[in-house]
Amino acid sequence: MSSEAAVAEAPHNTHRVHYLNANYGVRSWLLTKDHKRIGILYAISMTFFFAIGGIMAALIRLELATPAGDLVQPDTYNRLFTMHGIMMVFFFLIPSVPATLGNFLIPLMIGAKDLAFPKLNLASWYIFNIGGAITLYALLHGGVDTGWTFYAPYSTSFSNTWVVVTGVGIFITGFASILTGLNFIVTIHRMRAPGMTWFRMPLFVWSHYATSLIMILGTPVVAITILMLAGERLFHIGIFDPAYGGDPVLFQHLFWFYSHPAVYIMILPSMGVVSELVAAFARKRVFGYGFVAFSSLAIAVLGFLVWAHHMFIAGVSVYAALVFSILTMLVAVPSAIKVFNWTATLYKGSVSWETPMLYALGFIGLFTIGGLTGVMLGTLGIDLHVTDTYFVVAHFHYVMVGGVIMGYLGGLHYWWPKITGRMYPVFWSKLAALIVFIGFNLTFFPQFLLGYLGMPRRYHAYPPEFQVLNVMSSAGATVLAVGYILPLFYFAWSMRYGKPAGENPWGAVGLEWETSSPPPPENFEVMPVVVGEAYDYGKKAYSFPKQEAKLG
Amino acid sequence: MWQNFPLFPDQASTIAPKVDAIFFFGLGVAAFFSLLIAVLVIALAVRYRRRRPDQIGEDEAPHDALEIVWSVIPLLILLVMFGWGARVYFQATRPPANAVEYYGIGKQWMWKFQHPSGVREINELHVPLGKPIKVKLTSEDVIHDFFVPAFRVKYDVIPGRYTTVWFQATKVGTYHLFCDEYCGAEHSRMVGSIVVMDPKDYEQWLTRGGGAAAPAASGEELFSSLACSTCHRTDSTVRAPLLVGLYGSQVQLADGSTVKADDDYVRESILNPQAKVVNGFQPIMPSYKGQVSEEQILQLINYIKSLAAPAGGATPTPAPGKKG
Repeated sequence: MSSEAAVAEAPHNTHRVHYLNANYGVRSWLLTKDHKRIGILYAISMTFFFAIGGIMAALIRLELATPAGDLVQPDTYNRLFTMHGIMMVFFFLIPSVPATLGNFLIPLMIGAKDLAFPKLNLASWYIFNIGGAITLYALLHGGVDTGWTFYAPYSTSFSNTWVVVTGVGIFITGFASILTGLNFIVTIHRMRAPGMTWFRMPLFVWSHYATSLIMILGTPVVAITILMLAGERLFHIGIFDPAYGGDPVLFQHLFWFYSHPAVYIMILPSMGVVSELVAAFARKRVFGYGFVAFSSLAIAVLGFLVWAHHMFIAGVSVYAALVFSILTMLVAVPSAIKVFNWTATLYKGSVSWETPMLYALGFIGLFTIGGLTGVMLGTLGIDLHVTDTYFVVAHFHYVMVGGVIMGYLGGLHYWWPKITGRMYPVFWSKLAALIVFIGFNLTFFPQFLLGYLGMPRRYHAYPPEFQVLNVMSSAGATVLAVGYILPLFYFAWSMRYGKPAGENPWGAVGLEWETSSPPPPENFEVMPVVVGEAYDYGKKAYSFPKQEAKLG
Repeated sequence: MWQNFPLFPDQASTIAPKVDAIFFFGLGVAAFFSLLIAVLVIALAVRYRRRRPDQIGEDEAPHDALEIVWSVIPLLILLVMFGWGARVYFQATRPPANAVEYYGIGKQWMWKFQHPSGVREINELHVPLGKPIKVKLTSEDVIHDFFVPAFRVKYDVIPGRYTTVWFQATKVGTYHLFCDEYCGAEHSRMVGSIVVMDPKDYEQWLTRGGGAAAPAASGEELFSSLACSTCHRTDSTVRAPLLVGLYGSQVQLADGSTVKADDDYVRESILNPQAKVVNGFQPIMPSYKGQVSEEQILQLINYIKSLAAPAGGATPTPAPGKKG
């Protein structure tokens, strides 16, 4: 590329070289080492997996519209909810924000040219897709019916489905997660621009740092667990199945040792997004910046100490239950700190109700409900009635869908003009945000009631007195689906017809808004120097030493 | 679809009101904070809406006292929930001493129960009103879960070990019994009912079943038909330890450790006799794995239990070789 030419031209000149037009063709994408392109590749793969998981969800809700199991066979139903969980958890929620927005934005936000290991970054995308392809292969050949939790001894000795193949797919995908985490940690440690101290970093970067720690420390545990599961299934090594001398509760300990922290892998990056959105659309510094930053680390650390709260009635001792219950209570405190600080940020802000902000405010509300019902589940006396019922299903969808996906969509709407250089239609995007919020609550709120009434999860057929609430939930799912499909259309439309966004359409402060949209392949024409704090509205936080004219 | 549309489950056990009380407290906390946040977010976002396109917000100085307040207040509420919840959990998971013991076995995809009198049922369990009842549970295959929403009672049913639920019914009626741990193809058909009867009706109902043998009696029959009695004799401990007075006692093992002779120990000693060899004996007992069902193991345990101290208490009888 010719940087002199780019600098000489006006910012929106069509001949400006940016990462999207620097070169063309399939090869230039499949062999790219540019973190921005890799972020987009991830977004494409994940949208595909999300669509598959979504179709499964639609079929599940359709089946549950009537009490009798009349739409599909029980075997089919069990495969549907299993594959829905596996697709959504391992191939959408865990990589969602970090692999797309994190990949795209972390170097931009800290003033780096790329991630520390661009080739590893590309490799992680390939590994992710190979894992996904193997899992899809299992799905197309009949699927797997163990539930995404793979509880032994059902998974190791009883299920006649593609357990090992699916396990291999998830095992491989785990490496993509580890590589991404490693890349982020090294990048954040080593590649910050001059003046970008730790406490000048955007909270998005802090939350990704915490997430990366969980990724590299937790993922190996689930990989080992899957290996043990495969070992018992294939060679009858007695680890989990009592028939071979194993202990089925051990599987649950190992599985949740990763899979509970995995919930924080999902939610922390979205919390980072919300911090950015609240700051940008209140045009002020996030209230209690330091508390919000450290609360991410506290969640990451405490998240590793609460796994057995999934097992209060699964055969752990009452004293273990006590310890895990109180630790679960503790993890609620840093979450509460975040919510209160976001709310306080609005005070005396300059709040605009743009589409991304609608998602951020929706996130705060839904995550609060998800978090507080999590506290209820952590309370021993309540958990013993509602665990494994629809109460749990509702709770974790409030956190994962109401939280993670709201954050992901909010982030996508916020940085879309940076990513593509174009705006999307305001009316349609606000409408979609509203539909998602309404559809979500209609789908999942009735499930809290169902759970307390005692409807167990993973039921293909259910007693007739649960029907009204199930019909409400299924109706809500239809609304929610519309809300998810709309952005696909207007985002696609905007890529060609959207009006050019300019460098900083929101008037936001942050290094990513100091460069052009879409950014040049090297991110910045002139590498920045940071001279102020994060979210310093009204002050000049960045300078571009060799090219003062750039700022004017 | 609309005729039967409950929003709250039946309350039919002594523990149910306690679970509901902590639930409503938790719900109150959740509702209060959710509404507080929702109202604050909307009010602030309206009150401080942007009025000029170039308007920026006013930064607030960090406020440590405020941060501490909104960390400590939730923490205190959380600790109350923890303590209260723990109390209910202890009450719900620890059966009272006078609870009558029933047996339940889960298998893909049915429930089998046996009453203390020996009467057996499938997918139904009749129980008397107002009496504490404890159901000892195990599984023949995968993990199941015994869940009676009207009682707020739930516990996993795990292969290879015994777990217990207990309840005291407070309302006559028929209540759902659900399997609440995914267990394979027909998981959602692994449902049954708990029928709570007036104690007099229950006694009458029991006699209708005819002369079923009590579990201990069936166990005694098995004990001789499986030829356990050839080695485990009452008149000699040459080949195998004496079983009279064994149950509930501390057993000294060959490796020097001691173990309490409870259900899990007896079960393991039948299926995997080499795992814990009693001090002073040779590991010569063959495994009965595959030859006895979970139901029969329970009967054998009952028989061995009936050989314990005649007073019926758990007074530990010294096992052979036990050190002072």
